[in-house]
Formats: sequence, structure tokens, C-alpha cells
Amino acid sequence: MSSIRVLVGTRKGAFILTSDGKRDQWDISEPLFAGWEMYHLKGSPANPNRVFASQTSGWFGQMVQRSDDGGKTWEAVGNEFNYEGTPGTHQWYDGTQHPWEFKRIWHLEPSPTDPDVVFAGAEDAALFRSADGGRTWQELSALRDAKGYLWQPGAGGMAVHTIVFDPTRPDRFYVAISAAGVFRTDDGGLTWRVRNRGLKSQFELPDPDAEVGHCVHRIAMHPSRPDVLFMQKHWDVMRSNDGAESWYDVSGNLPSDFGFPIDVHAHEPETIYVVPIKSDSEHFPPEGKLRVYRSRTGGEEWEALTNGLPQRDCYVNVLRDAMAVDSLDPCGIYFGTTGGQVYVSADNGDNWKPIARDLPAVLSVEVQTLA
Amino acid sequence: MIRVVLPYHLRNLACVGEELQCETDDPPTIGAILDAIEARHPVLRGTIREHGTKNRRAFIRFFACKEDWSHESTDKPLPDAIASGAEPLMIIGAMAGG
Repeated sequence: MSSIRVLVGTRKGAFILTSDGKRDQWDISEPLFAGWEMYHLKGSPANPNRVFASQTSGWFGQMVQRSDDGGKTWEAVGNEFNYEGTPGTHQWYDGTQHPWEFKRIWHLEPSPTDPDVVFAGAEDAALFRSADGGRTWQELSALRDAKGYLWQPGAGGMAVHTIVFDPTRPDRFYVAISAAGVFRTDDGGLTWRVRNRGLKSQFELPDPDAEVGHCVHRIAMHPSRPDVLFMQKHWDVMRSNDGAESWYDVSGNLPSDFGFPIDVHAHEPETIYVVPIKSDSEHFPPEGKLRVYRSRTGGEEWEALTNGLPQRDCYVNVLRDAMAVDSLDPCGIYFGTTGGQVYVSADNGDNWKPIARDLPAVLSVEVQTLA
Repeated sequence: MIRVVLPYHLRNLACVGEELQCETDDPPTIGAILDAIEARHPVLRGTIREHGTKNRRAFIRFFACKEDWSHESTDKPLPDAIASGAEPLMIIGAMAGG
């Protein structure tokens, strides 16, 4: 029987939640790396027992931890992230130029095929690659040539937070940066192109249609439809049908099109999930009701999923890396909140229950479906 | 033998107790002590001082014999009490919120 391992990163440590394929009874680990900010944990698709974790601290800096036994034991494998050459400057909050400074790793994306290869998205925004299981890291610095001087930090900083591989074209992948936009490489990271046509940011940028500077919060893809991408932007839920060559708005009847995560059902490429948040000024659900919204039409038409979720007095947020799906049938949907709850739906989002209620603020949720 | 006290999180990272011991050439300096403990515990590289520049990380402080050595040259000889092991060099995470 299949089993599920949920990797949860929080402000004060990491937790591993495990269940059998029924996803009804859960075991919660003791805190791992207690007291550290655990921005992201993710397992290697090529070797599910290999798990990478980003451990970070304002005091002691960055560390990449690796487990080769599914999270039972860990090894601190690497922490040296150097920008290639002289990194120069990017745009600061007030429009002036500001030097690039490494702060932390927001997101780790293991290669789908090679367990020794893993990519890391950094703040200040840059993409790093390791080919030795996380011990040494090299920057793919051409990304910053894609008008990096115009990138600017959002409220949470300026980071590469999303890395999406095209499963049909090994040299094509996408990154998303707040606040810069979406970038695509077709040659394994040697060159990059800005891919923001159709994005509009009328309250954030002097030119709403600017080529660079959009605050993209998350992008997602179904592996069977690699040219179709979904985006939760600062405001607006967007869709591309042409590999990010162009984007159009599919926010439709959402109560708010502001939010952070977006994800795609494991078996239905037109079924997508978002968690609307009231606004960029008020990072909590509209009306105090925690609602996941599902579209079965690839956007535009949305339905609220509320069974088992708090429908009054709820003022948590769901951050961009804090939603994931498993690959069981029916598909399991998972998300974590800044209030420390981790919710699961074992039936495509129809019904929800909390796995954990009182963890530290959740930064990231990833799911491994184990044979 | 020189004694060094590490902050809680770095003890856990290096899998050591509250105090480390190390030896350096006389007279000991903060730079030489950090070189010694990083050589013995490579996982500490980059956590107390930056990779490359070797500058002290912004939220790290060094205390010796009840004095703040955070802004002293890391080549400056430490007091005899540190050299003899009577007092530890304390590496502290700055008080900056929870």
C-alpha cells in the first residue's frame, strides 16, 4: 500500500508528517532543526529517500541539510553560495540601485532524474545548481543578465521562489522571482528570456505592462501539459497556453485574486487550486473564512471548498510554497498556514481535516507519495 | 588549552557540547581560534564569519573576560586568561528578538 510523507518547513523548525494511503491517521515527527527557519524541504523524485532542506538563520546564515534515509538522519552538506563575478546592483524599494547580497535559500528543486543534482532559489534573487548532492553550488548567473538591474524586492524580499522543469524538454525550465516575473531557459540555464507578456501591475509599477518587475507569487504546471502554466500573481490568477510566451487573466469569479500558492491536481490538468487572500495590505482570507478555491476548467470558473475549514474568525495566511498535492487517486491536497495548521483533503479538495493544528508558522509544504 | 563557548544553535549544528577546546600559536587571537575550530568542525564555516571575506557575521559577537571584542581586529592578541584557559572565548548570537 502506498504511504505519504509530508515535509513541512516552519519558522522554528521542520516536521515530517506520515500516513498510509488512506490519509486518515497521521504521525508527526519531533521538530527537526528546532529553532531554525526551515524555508523548504523537498525529496528527490529520482530517489525519494534523499531529501534536501534549507535551514537558515539571520544569525548564523544558510545551511543545506540532506537526508538519505527519508528524514531519519541528516547531514549538513553545504552552505557556500557565491554570486558569479561581481553581482552589481538591483532596484531597491525606492527605485534606487542597491547591491546584491546573499541572504538565504527559499526553494530547493531536486532534478527529476539525477539524485545528485539539485537547484536552489536564493534571496537576493539568483539560481544555484549543485551536481554533488548539495555540497558545492554554482550560480547560473546568466539569469541575472535578464534585466536584473530592474528587479526589486517585494514585501518578503527579492528571491527566486519557484523552479519548474519541463518534463518533455530537459533543457527547458522556468523560474519565478518576486518582484521581477517569470524567466525561461531553453538551454539548461545558459541563457534566459523574460516571459511576462500579458502581466499587468497597475498599482505596483509605473508602467503596468513593464517587461520586468511583476510580483509573481507562484507558477505551477501539470507534467502532461508542459506548455500550460498557471500563475498566482500579487494580484491576478493567470494562465499561459504557450510555455509562458503570453499570459491571460483567469481570475473569474474569485472573491479576491490576491494570494500566494497555486497548484494543479495530480490527474486532472485543468483542475487547479488557489487560496484567495483579502489584499496585499491584509494578508488573511476574505471575511475570515478559510476557503480553497478550485477550478475544474483551468481557471475563470471557481468554486469554494469549505468543508472542514474554519468559516469564521480565521486570519491566517497561506504562503507560496505551502501547498502541494500527492499522486494518489483520489488526489490529496495539502496546505499549511501561518497559524501553524496543516490541512489535508484526501478527496480532491471536497473535504478537509487538520493534520496538525499548533505548529510554528508554516513556510512550506511538500508531499511525497511513496510506493 | 583554549576554551570556546558556542551559541546553542551552532553547538547543535556541530554536534558538540557547550564548550569546545582548541590550541593555537601563542598568543591566541580570535582569527586563529576560528581557524582552529573551523578546521576541526568544517560545518561551522560560514556560520560565524562570512565565506570569502572572513568578516564576522552581523549578528555574531565575541566576548572575552567580560569585554566586547566584536569590533577588535581578529589579529589582536587575546588576554592571558583566554590563552591559559582560565576564561573562555564566548561566541554569542546577538540579542535581536526571538
